[in-house]
Order: sequence, then structure tokens, then C-alpha cells
Amino acid sequence: MTVTVGGGLPGGQYDVTVVGAGVVGSAVARELARLPLRIALVDAADDVGEGTSKANTAILHTGFDAVPGSLESRLVREGQRLLSAYAAESGIPVEPLGALLVAWDEEQRAALAGLADKAVRNGYRAARIALPEEVRAREPELGPGVLGALDVPGESVICPWTTTLAYATQAVRSGVDLHLNCRVLDAISGDVHTLTTSRGPLRTRYLVNAAGLYADAIDRLLGHADFTVTPRRGQLIVFDEFARGLVRHILLPVPGALGKGVLVSPTVYGKVMLGPTAEDLDDKTDTGSTAAGLAVLREKGRRILPALLDEEVTAVYAGLRAATGDEDYAIRSHPAQRYVTVGGIRSTGLTASMAIAAHVVELLADGGLPVAGARDLEPVRMPNLGEAFPRPYRDAELIARDPEYGRIVCHCERVTRGEIRDALAATVPPGSPDGLRRRTRARGGRCQGFHCGAAVRALFEEARR
Amino acid sequence: MTRDRTVDVLVVGAGPAGLTLAARLAGAGAGRVEVLEREQDAGGAPRHCHHGGFGGLLRPWLAGPAYARLAVEAAVAAGATVRTGVTATGWAGPLSLETTSPAGLERITARAVVLATGARERPRSARLVPGSRPAGVLTTGELQQSVHLYGQEVGRRAVVVGAEPVARHAVRTLRRAGAEAVAQVTEHSRGIAVPGVPLLTATTVVELRGRGRLSGVAVRHEDGRSGVLACDTVVFTGDWIPDHELARRGGIALDPGTRGPCVDASFRTSAPGVFAVGNALHGVERAAAAAAEGAAASAAVLARLSGAPWPEPGPPLVVRAPLVWVSPNRLTGTAGRPLLLRSGEPLTGPVVTVAQDGRLLWRRRFPGRVPPWRSLRLPPGWTDRVDRGGGPVVVTAG
Ligand SMILES: Cc1cc2nc3c(=O)[nH]c(=O)nc-3n(C[C@H](O)[C@H](O)[C@H](O)COP(=O)(O)OP(=O)(O)OC[C@H]3O[C@@H](n4cnc5c(N)ncnc54)[C@H](O)[C@@H]3O)c2cc1C
Repeated sequence: MTVTVGGGLPGGQYDVTVVGAGVVGSAVARELARLPLRIALVDAADDVGEGTSKANTAILHTGFDAVPGSLESRLVREGQRLLSAYAAESGIPVEPLGALLVAWDEEQRAALAGLADKAVRNGYRAARIALPEEVRAREPELGPGVLGALDVPGESVICPWTTTLAYATQAVRSGVDLHLNCRVLDAISGDVHTLTTSRGPLRTRYLVNAAGLYADAIDRLLGHADFTVTPRRGQLIVFDEFARGLVRHILLPVPGALGKGVLVSPTVYGKVMLGPTAEDLDDKTDTGSTAAGLAVLREKGRRILPALLDEEVTAVYAGLRAATGDEDYAIRSHPAQRYVTVGGIRSTGLTASMAIAAHVVELLADGGLPVAGARDLEPVRMPNLGEAFPRPYRDAELIARDPEYGRIVCHCERVTRGEIRDALAATVPPGSPDGLRRRTRARGGRCQGFHCGAAVRALFEEARR
Repeated sequence: MTRDRTVDVLVVGAGPAGLTLAARLAGAGAGRVEVLEREQDAGGAPRHCHHGGFGGLLRPWLAGPAYARLAVEAAVAAGATVRTGVTATGWAGPLSLETTSPAGLERITARAVVLATGARERPRSARLVPGSRPAGVLTTGELQQSVHLYGQEVGRRAVVVGAEPVARHAVRTLRRAGAEAVAQVTEHSRGIAVPGVPLLTATTVVELRGRGRLSGVAVRHEDGRSGVLACDTVVFTGDWIPDHELARRGGIALDPGTRGPCVDASFRTSAPGVFAVGNALHGVERAAAAAAEGAAASAAVLARLSGAPWPEPGPPLVVRAPLVWVSPNRLTGTAGRPLLLRSGEPLTGPVVTVAQDGRLLWRRRFPGRVPPWRSLRLPPGWTDRVDRGGGPVVVTAG
């Protein structure tokens, strides 16, 4: 099992290298791990999932509203099925809440029928139109003026952090080398690709570009200029667990010109999320929130669920979607070059990740990658971060076996020392206290470290020594 | 396997309020008095307040940790049981709490439950301060624990948001850790300046900057002037909120002003048998004030143990802006001690009035300046003129 975070890279030549350890790249590496090949997964960040994958709205989509006939439509539909099964097997929390696409004005109400139709064209048949009385009965806290909704019972919420981590963990345990703090700076293609990285050269026969926001830049290093990634920022506000009782479904807006619009959704961690905004930027690193963005969210949130705004906010964050101006993924195979680009994975990449991975491996095979001898992977079992499933602090038998699971360190999120210890010693350990938060929820609650910040940092630093 | 146990009084939180109450009750022969503390050490917030002023008038030099130690010793000496590393996670019945500790899960039922869970500062996210999410963003509580309990390094240049006593302690703690406080920023028109630290009044933090580590804080003055303060650390101070999780989980009525449980002057909440004391009621007061509430609650708890009935809620006490809260906030009898009253803005020589159904109950002018971080103490004499069956009792300041 190899995870490296510094120093030179191992010598020799990899069969396949995946650039980008987000949810997509990690899924691809995991799929490749089934083959008897030498595989590398590299990322510029100090942890997996540090890009778009850590800061999204965490919905496991049905794909009901995709562009019918697109690659995205197919991969989201397949990905939803694959990831649901994988989540059940691996302990990734998923809550099948169902969504209501709420219409607040006449125009939106009129659009519902078209959306129901589109769902069918996307192979999703369970959507139906619900009348205002039904919507109100199912969501009593909704603000006034609801004119109806599209009921999409198949939509779920999922834990995005555990998903990427499960893929990467399984890949590494199956022999993939994960190299972090390893930014790809240049590439020279020939009989093998030689990548110049911030940690020295890396040689590889096949190359997969899953660099998210930077997929266009990597593409250009390989001589392609098919698309340009425009970061589309999404700011989100997360409300404390006491807001959870206010909402039962994922409350989706009727989509407008700029993507899916602002939603209100429970999270698997028992909180309520409001967002995202949609702002096209130039800066691929600008994951900051803004006063204007937060004001917009609060205004929209107040209309959807008035009582929400009285609750405490636990977190504000922003993620950047990789928009390309095209209404579909930009997955391109360059067989002669033994190179596949997985670009433009916009706002559905989490859902589609496993299907994207299977698709990419097929493309590689078409380009000559030997795919004989595929094996089943040893299953992984991830620690549960979800509130709808038993967490260690409530598990008497677990605590009896190991009292560290009874020692609560982070009080708001009820994270025990046992869980923190396990995360620090895991196959893919966290690169920072924030990485530890994404593995345990420690320091992610309403006090944001007032009570436990110093203690959690001490545990993190002790494990590093 | 969950163990079931019974005690006479279960106190949640071993800070000044909970410990003082437990000491009184145990000393008065209340039976088995058990205090639960989720931290590894009892004592509450004073554990990480390494400055003097905790001993009240008698021993003003007494520092937080020493005060905490004495409070724990007093409770134990009086016969109370203080258990640390035990978290009350929820309710199993009206007077039963579920707990988690390394020893396992328990359901503890008591004849009276006291919530003494303290308060915390609102972090940056709850204050909706926009910007990036770098390391180096703290509250005073986290700063003090980092420095005093864990000896951790903080940055070199820090901005302190707030200009209250707590902010002054943040500056001291920073200095103790070898960091420089480059500025104090407050939205209010005045604040307490700390010698050597520039104080920016009527100024708002509009953005945090920096990737990985904080690089600066953008600020804007009321008159439109703006700028960036270069720093690697920012400490958000003050803005306290009661740790009211258990109260809410138990469906106990909260006061919209304090955000803590609604209580009467005997510290009775809306749930029969459940009391609340200390900062859990109203956010931060001095340790001595929290301890005094603990002490004052003992009579009512003892009365409850000997079968005194739980009174009907009584009329609520409500405030009008610029006032933000009053505690206690219901009246079921004559108050035995001053009520605490807070303003959201600095006041000069305010005239405070109390009225019910248009009937004036009390009026007094408070000389001098009243900052938003200090409570006014309203003498309780007028509370016996409150009509128990009447409408809300309204407190105003002009
Ligand atoms: C606000 C928002 C809401 C969303 N909601 C949902 C949702 O509800 N459901 C859903 O399914 N999807 C959602 N998404 C989309 C989903 O998060 C993305 O589709 C997914 O994260 C894309 O994964 P990725 O691996 O392509 O990109 P990323 O997660 O960005 O991963 C790319 C990785 O490449 C690395 N990298 C880049 N350049 C280099 C280099 N030169 N060298 C080495 N490493 C490099 C980066 O460090 C990064 O780790 C949302 C996105 C946003 C922003």
C-alpha cells in the first residue's frame, strides 16, 4: 500500500497514470485497480478530493433533468445505480429522501409538465406532478405561494467525502500508488508519456486526465484545445442540526438559465444546506464566499423555508464547478496518444463517477490498454459519518470492546477519539485538520472548534510526529 | 447494553454554576448529587482563562485555573460526585438523560435535572463573514485552549475582532503565545482599547483572505473607507450564545432574546423538574455571576426535591430594542435577586422602565455609560407587583 506526500517519485514506468484524485479520478483509479497493471493516481493537493469533490451539494441524482441523449444523461443514470449499490456495500451514507421540484410562480408551474416529460426521455419514469395541497402536506414549513411541484422520489443525499475516500482507499489497497502534493507541470508524449511534476519526472504508458478545473490546462500540455473550463462558483450555507426538522425532502428549484438554482436540502450529517449560487469566474482558485452571494442565498432561503433563517449557521463554503459552455461532459479519447480526457464534469460528477470510470476504462481498452485478468476488488468498509445510521458514540458494544469510542472529543458532532485515531491511521490519512474533518466530522459543527479545536489539532499533530 | 441508574440531582456541566449548585445541594443533604462533565477536566471555561479576577472581591488576583480547581474541590468535599469525560447526549424521559463515556452508555434518571452547560462564542461562519476558509481563524475559546492547555503555536500577527473584556483577554493570550495583535476591530462606535493595539471602531470585517493560511482581513469603516489588515490569525471574540443543545433536544422553551432556556426567577424551565443556571441561560457573565446563580438555585431545587409543585409559566418578560435580553424571562413569584438586562448598543444614562398591560411597575435612570457587553442589574422589588395572570411584562430603555 503506497501513499506518498513528498520526495521523489518511484522510478520505472507506470502502465496508467490518472491525474487528479477527485471523485472522478479516484473512481477511475479504482476501476483500473481491477487490472494486473501498475497504476498511479497523482494530485496537486495534499489530500484526495480537495478540489470540487469536497464542496458540492452532495446529491445522488437520478438524472431526470439531464439533456436527453447526452453522455451525461447516460452516465448519471448508470452512475446513480452503481454508486447506490457501492454505497450500501462500503458504508457510504445515503439517505433516499426524494426531491420536490417546487414551483413558486406561474411560469415555473407551467414548466413542470415539460420536466416530467424530460424525465421520461431520460429513462426516469417515477416523476409525477404533485398539487399544492399535497406539497404543503408533505413539507409543512414551506413558505407561502407554492403552486405545485414535480415529485422525484428517486433523488437521494450522499456523503461526498466518504465516496472519494472509499474509491481512493480501495484503489490504494489494491496496489495503486497515490502520490499527493504532486502537481503536473508539463508533459512530453512519445512512446511513453513523461510528466514533469512538482516532485520530479513520472513515466507512464497511458494517461488519464481527470484534473477537474484544470483538465483544459492538462489537455493543452498534450496538444489539445477542445474546451475551456470556466469555474462556476457555488456558495452554500449549512444550518445547524436543529433546522433538520424543518425539511423532509430535497427541495429543488425549477431550473433556470444558470444551472439548477438554489436548493434547500438535508445533508447526511443531519444538517440543512442552502445553495448553491452560480457565478462564472476567471479565477480557478476563488473558492471564497461573498457578502452578495450570502445575501442572495438568505433571500431565496427565506422564501423557500422561512424558519430556516432563524437557525444557527455552522458552515459557509463555496465550490467551483467545471463548466465548459457545452451542455455535456467533455470526455475525449485520443487512442493514438494513449490518452483520455475526462473534462467538463460539471455538476453531476459525484453521481456519475463510477459510470464515468467504467466508460474511461473502455475507452482506454479501445486504445489498446490490455484489460485481461480483471478481478473483483476486496470490499472496503468506511466509517459511518451519516446521522441516519448508528454512529460509534451510541454503540454500547463497540465502546465495551474499545473505550476510545466512548471518549467524545468533538462535542457538537459527537466524534470520538477512537474515530479520530482510526482516521489518522487509515490507508489514506488526512493531509490537514480539514481533511480530518472530512473523515470524521470533527470540528465541523456549530462551535467550529471553540470547544474541541485545540484538542483535535493536538491529536492531528501528534499523529504526524 | 445501556445501564440504568438513578440519582437525586443530575447536574449537566461542571463549570462555576453547576459546581457551586452541586456543592450547595450536597452540603444541604440533597442525597446523591451527580455532576456530568464532557471534558476530561472539570471546571468549565475558567480552566483556560489564565488571568486574574476570578476570586470576586475577596481574591481578585485568583486566576481561572485555580478558581476552577477550588470549585471542583468544594463540590467534591461537600459530597457531590463529579464525573468527567461523560457526555449527556439526549433525553430518555422527562427527567432521564442518556450519556456516553468510555465506560459505556447509561440512562440516568434524577428527581431534578439542572442544565449548566455554559456558552460559546459564535464562530466566523455563524457571523456570516465572507471570504476564503484559511487556517488561522479562531474564537477566544479556541485560542485560549490552544495556548494555555495545549501549548500550541498561533500565528505571528493577529487581528482581534471585538473590543470587550473578552477581546482584551484574547490580546493577552496572543502576546503570551508570542504573537502580535496588529489591530482590534469593532462595529461599535467605541470599545476598550488595549495599550499598544490600534482600535478601529465603527468598522466591519468584510472578508477573510488567504489560501492555506490567512493572509489578511479586509475591513470597512462606517464612512466607506476600507482597507486590508495583513495578518495570519484572526480571533472572533464575544458574541456569545448559550450551549442550549440539550434544552432544545428536550423541547424546553427557549427565550428568543437570550437563546437560552426560558426560566423564572427560581431558575425553573418550562419542563417540570428541569432547572437551568449560569451562562447556559444568557451567554457570558463573569464566573462569579454564574456561580451566584448556581448558589441561588439551590433553594428551589431543594424545594422541588421535597415535593414543591411546579408553578404555571407566569407572564413572560420581554424587551424592546435596543435591549436584547433580560434574564430571568418569566415571573412566577417574587424575585429574590436582581434581574440581568442587556442592551445591543452602548447606552448613556438610560432610563429603564418596566410595565405590564400599560401599567408602570418600575422606572429608574442608570447613570453613566452602559456598554453592550455588561448587564444592567435590575433590583427585584417591583416583581411582587406583577399580575401573575396578566400579559407580558415589557422592559424598555430610553
Ligand atoms: C456547488 C456544487 C454543487 C454540486 N453538487 C453536486 C451534487 O449534488 N451531486 C453531484 O453528483 N455532483 C455535484 N457537483 C459536482 C461534483 O462535485 C463534480 O462533478 C465532481 O467533484 C467532479 O470531480 P472531479 O474529480 O472531476 O474534479 P475535482 O473534484 O475538482 O478533482 C480534480 C483534482 O485534480 C487535481 N489536479 C488539478 N490539476 C492538477 C495537476 N496539474 N497536477 C495534479 N493534480 C491536479 C486537483 O487538485 C483535484 O484534486 C457539484 C459541484 C459544485 C461546485
